[in-house]
Amino acid sequence: MNIVVLMKQVPDTYAERKLQAGDNTLDRDASDAVINEIDEYAIEEGLLLKEAHGGEVTILTMGPDRATESIRKALSMGADKGVHVLDDALHGSCAITTAKVLAKALGTVEYDLVIAGSEATDSRLSIVPALVSEALGVAQLSGARKVTVDGSTVTIERTTDTGFDRVEGAVPAVVSVVEKINEPRYPSFKGIMAAKSKPVTTLSLSDLGLSPDEVGLVASTTTVESYEEAPPRAAGTIVKDEGNGGAAIAEYLASRKLI
Amino acid sequence: MAEVLVLVDSANGTLKKSALELLTAARSLGEPSAVVIGAPGTAAPLQEKLAEYGAAKVYIAESEEIEQYLVAPKAEVLAQIARQANPVAILVASTAENKEVAARTAFKIDSGFLADAVDISSEGKTTQSIFGGAVTVTSKVARGVPVISLRANSVAPEASAGAAEEVSVDVVLSDGAKSAKVLERVQEAKGSRPSLQDASVIVSGGRGVGSAENFSVVENVADAIGAAVGASRAATDAGWVPHQMQVGQTGVTVSPQLYIALGISGAIQHRAGMQTSKTIVAVNKDPEAPIFELADFGVVGDLFTVAPQLAEEVTKRKG
Ligand SMILES: Cc1cc2nc3c(=O)[nH]c(=O)nc-3n(C[C@H](O)[C@H](O)[C@H](O)COP(=O)(O)OP(=O)(O)OC[C@H]3O[C@@H](n4cnc5c(N)ncnc54)[C@H](O)[C@@H]3O)c2cc1C
Ligand SMILES: Nc1ncnc2c1ncn2[C@@H]1O[C@H](COP(=O)(O)O)[C@@H](O)[C@H]1O
Repeated sequence: MNIVVLMKQVPDTYAERKLQAGDNTLDRDASDAVINEIDEYAIEEGLLLKEAHGGEVTILTMGPDRATESIRKALSMGADKGVHVLDDALHGSCAITTAKVLAKALGTVEYDLVIAGSEATDSRLSIVPALVSEALGVAQLSGARKVTVDGSTVTIERTTDTGFDRVEGAVPAVVSVVEKINEPRYPSFKGIMAAKSKPVTTLSLSDLGLSPDEVGLVASTTTVESYEEAPPRAAGTIVKDEGNGGAAIAEYLASRKLI
Repeated sequence: MAEVLVLVDSANGTLKKSALELLTAARSLGEPSAVVIGAPGTAAPLQEKLAEYGAAKVYIAESEEIEQYLVAPKAEVLAQIARQANPVAILVASTAENKEVAARTAFKIDSGFLADAVDISSEGKTTQSIFGGAVTVTSKVARGVPVISLRANSVAPEASAGAAEEVSVDVVLSDGAKSAKVLERVQEAKGSRPSLQDASVIVSGGRGVGSAENFSVVENVADAIGAAVGASRAATDAGWVPHQMQVGQTGVTVSPQLYIALGISGAIQHRAGMQTSKTIVAVNKDPEAPIFELADFGVVGDLFTVAPQLAEEVTKRKG
């Protein structure tokens, strides 16, 4: 069972995030960069499936130079190799383009299963996994809180509005996972040492047979016209309960016509 | 007049509130056409309400197969209708599933997808609130038809009569659309409270609530106000309430008129799902809890004394 995990490097959510003037894209240098949190669960799930079924786990990421650090971290958790799609022309790619590029890059590796996170903390789109399935023409099994593989059949459980669904697809398939699924491991010292010598392939656009005018800002299907920092939330009223806290809330709500 | 496709969601023969919001929003762009995609019999009970909220046409795409597979069939059908109708925009409600349907539709018709709009201009440009509400952006599609998902509670539904002319759509799914088969849909017990997605008021409980039994304290406040009940991950993981009640990054993203957080610390992943609520009220015994940074009104105190008093007071005021 060969698995590719789609991992994105994102600005640390605990830091201040900014757009940059000029092209209105995310300023990726303004803050620390980390593995998108949910993608650590995707990596863990890949490792668990590999432990159960054999095969290799490949980390695939499209991102700037420094995304290599995140690939190394994933390798130190236990993934076998990395593929880094790196090209200046990719800057400003929309989700649809990103999915097309990832799908192309998937064409360069052997895989049975693609595992992604359910949402990136920077874009908050939750659509790239669905778009990668669309681009590849394979089953989309999204929002998994549980994954089981039996031969060439993948079954997931996903939470719905009213309960949960069990959904099945044949490999190759794209699965996206939520944080209920497992508890990501920390890299061990041995893992960190081993990661240093694991292979990471860098792919440029021409390696993928794509031209610069098919990607990036020029090809983006969406454009951010303008942005504006929202005024900071006005400081609220915080009171200590002296026996009438509940009544005070009711009073507040009534004064705002919320009840 | 230019046509606007509106994918309408329903459950048990009733339109979701989001459908009424979308139809209202669509009227500023052109003439709304509702799109009903589902099992046979889905559209009939919705007809009257769709007419009441201004649908000029109702595309009815019904087939046993649609609900038997995940997402892909809906995208295929929506793209098929879009190719025929040539709309000026396609609107869906911002739920996890609809966003995937919309994105795949945009891919198929070579258009752009604008996710999580809080406002839509008459030219199909959108306003979005990003980075937890810190930044507001205006975006547009660079090509094709704007495919837009609209956040719940962004538009107040207004009735306006429409002809609701029925247009039946032949559903022929490709094999590719049938690759993710739904084996089983498990229904879990659900009360009569409003659903999180639609609710204009939400009362959520966190680890501070302490147990499944104690959740009645949260529910009593919710019932007094007529609110939906939500929870933090700590509460859903502990099994006190079902997973679908989780608000946050990996749960439901909500932006109700009023969000009341009881015994929730306000971790960044929780905030990611409720930060854009119009008014936020918090009760927490720790004055340092980060939730107070967001709260418009906060009470530092024990939720087990504050919440029952709040429920009682609300009931009293309703008289
Ligand atoms: C990948 C990932 C995704 C996640 N997604 C989500 C998500 O979608 N949603 C989510 O909520 N979390 C999510 N989390 C978890 C999140 O990080 C927090 O752990 C979680 O939100 C904490 O829940 P809590 O506030 O209820 O618990 P705690 O942080 O333990 O806070 C409990 C609060 O209750 C207060 N309290 C205790 N007793 C009382 C009392 N009697 N009266 C009043 N106050 C009291 C305490 O002072 C404390 O502030 C995610 C985490 C990860 C890693
Ligand atoms: N540039 C990227 N490189 C690799 N994986 C990505 C990239 N962008 C998104 N993904 C994957 O898609 C998931 C959802 O991203 P999004 O749709 O942007 O919220 C992430 O959790 C990743 O697994």
